[in-house]
Amino acid sequence: MQAYIVRRVLALVPTLIFASLIVFVTVRLIPGDVIDLMLSTNDIGADRKSREQLEAALGFDRPMVSQYFRWIGAFVLDGSLGQSLWQSTPVMEDILHRLPITFELGVYALVVALLVGIPIGVYSAVAQDTVGDYVARSFAILALALPSFWVGTLVMVFPAIWWGWSPEVKLIPFSEDPLRHIGQMTIPALILGKAFSAVVMRLTRTMMLEVMRQDYIRTALAKGLAPRTTILRHALRNALIPVVTLVGLQAPVLVGGAVILEQIFVLPGMGQLLLEAVSQRDYPVITGVFLIVGLAVVFINLLVDLSYGLLDPKVRYR
Amino acid sequence: MTGARLLSVKGLSTEFRTDRGTVRAVDDVSFDLAAGETLAIVGESGSGKSVTALSVLRLIPTPPGRISSGEVLFEGRDLLKLDEREIRAIRGNRIAMIFQEPMSSLNPSLTVGLQIAEPVQLHRKAPWAAALDKAGELLERVRLPDARSRLSSYPHQFSGGMRQRAMIAMALACQPQLIIADEPTTALDVTVQAQILALLKELTRAANSALILITHDLGVVARYADRVCVMYGGRVAEMGPAREIYAHPRHPYTIGLMASVPRLDQEAGSRLVPIEGQPPDLSRLPPGCAFQPRCRFATERCRVERPPLVSTGPDHLSACHHHDRLGA
Repeated sequence: MQAYIVRRVLALVPTLIFASLIVFVTVRLIPGDVIDLMLSTNDIGADRKSREQLEAALGFDRPMVSQYFRWIGAFVLDGSLGQSLWQSTPVMEDILHRLPITFELGVYALVVALLVGIPIGVYSAVAQDTVGDYVARSFAILALALPSFWVGTLVMVFPAIWWGWSPEVKLIPFSEDPLRHIGQMTIPALILGKAFSAVVMRLTRTMMLEVMRQDYIRTALAKGLAPRTTILRHALRNALIPVVTLVGLQAPVLVGGAVILEQIFVLPGMGQLLLEAVSQRDYPVITGVFLIVGLAVVFINLLVDLSYGLLDPKVRYR
Repeated sequence: MTGARLLSVKGLSTEFRTDRGTVRAVDDVSFDLAAGETLAIVGESGSGKSVTALSVLRLIPTPPGRISSGEVLFEGRDLLKLDEREIRAIRGNRIAMIFQEPMSSLNPSLTVGLQIAEPVQLHRKAPWAAALDKAGELLERVRLPDARSRLSSYPHQFSGGMRQRAMIAMALACQPQLIIADEPTTALDVTVQAQILALLKELTRAANSALILITHDLGVVARYADRVCVMYGGRVAEMGPAREIYAHPRHPYTIGLMASVPRLDQEAGSRLVPIEGQPPDLSRLPPGCAFQPRCRFATERCRVERPPLVSTGPDHLSACHHHDRLGA
């Protein structure tokens, strides 16, 4: 198993190199570059000389290839991702500062999605074609169909109009007041996990229906096991294998959703950092965020692959 | 039938709702079974033999299936009238089942030990440790090599024969009065088939359990069954002591089945005679005898009048208008 992990991690290297190349190049293809922005905001006369000075100071006068290697070299050698063009703060520091919030939001949303989606999916399969099943499935479609940015905006706007209540704008750190912190994260996590829970529910339902038809379920019933034990002990475990795959596939979607929800709920996470950086064309920050997100997604999928072994004894890591 | 009556199935009918209307997979089937006796239910696929077995334990998936009428008296109680909790107390405890596909009948994600210990824990209220210990003992009894160390194995680490041994161990776990084995060896290699059947017979005899052996293989019947029930098109075609049915078959379908099975005492070079035609479509059974379209003895009467199951000798029943012209 250790050898398997080592090999998997080594196999990540080309993936990440490729990803970093794409990120590095495409960011620089966004129309309007950082020099223009800086010159206009600093109100410096946009003459040729100051532009060239600025380019040289920021290192943009070098060929793209050499820029790339300087950036990736710094990352590989000392884990640095360069400095923000605007704030001159180390990008890695900014990211590490904001990563926990995004991570927390994502994990919270994932937990919500699984806690809601799996039991309802199981119920829906067991009560196939009953009223309860239809209600559950309708809610799942609804949860999928309502975009989270819209729901998020509603949650921000309407309580404020009706009751004068709105979510707190300043995030209370967990260390200061854990309960209020979790309370603050709950609404964004629910909204972020909503669509995913619908997908989990649908997949769990489908897989349960499939598994419940298997011969070994009949064997379990023939032993005299109660339906409850049969479902929990014999069916669920086998039905969950594809759900675990789904978690890996949905991880980037959760990150994408987090970017938007952080903006709506003013959570100082990676999403906010990224949006600011994009609007300011802060290349090192953008590429840094993408690289870290890419790394995270890739590692989540490694974890997913490893967790198959817990569910399916046939999986051996060689 | 000898000895005390253990199981008595009376007028059992099981229907399935399909796209092409309601299909009666089991149609008015009755049979009795004495304690310790081995009854073979023989027939082609679609003859209703497996559905009969599943109906006894009420394991028919509902919907689309439904037991529409009949009684299943087991130790004096009608299993069809028990509530869910009561029938569960019978399943795996008083009546155990062994299924056809050892590959798919064991749960791939649970250890073999757990799956065998489960009924012990459930019905004997044994703690897990004791139940697992019992599972080890059961695996030894079915002569699985290295039994105790196999408890923590998963089904995919077993061969087909080993899995069927594990299934037998599971069935024996609570010393049931009756074991129903639904084509227990069909999916196995021929050499393993004989071992498994011999083991099954030996262990049921040792435990004095009755055995219902569902099979399409008449060779199996000859060696292991006391009595035989031949099914065709969801109905009983012929029933009687195994030896009697071999010597004097009283139904053309039974005769056809025997002619289509290779036998060692046949002359070399003699040909097997297949039964012409297709097994019947249960949704479109002819009004008369279900076997009549394939029967070389069929007359006009067979086309219009359904033959009743009548006595043709001591403990020997046949559903053929012409049973007295056959065999002898």
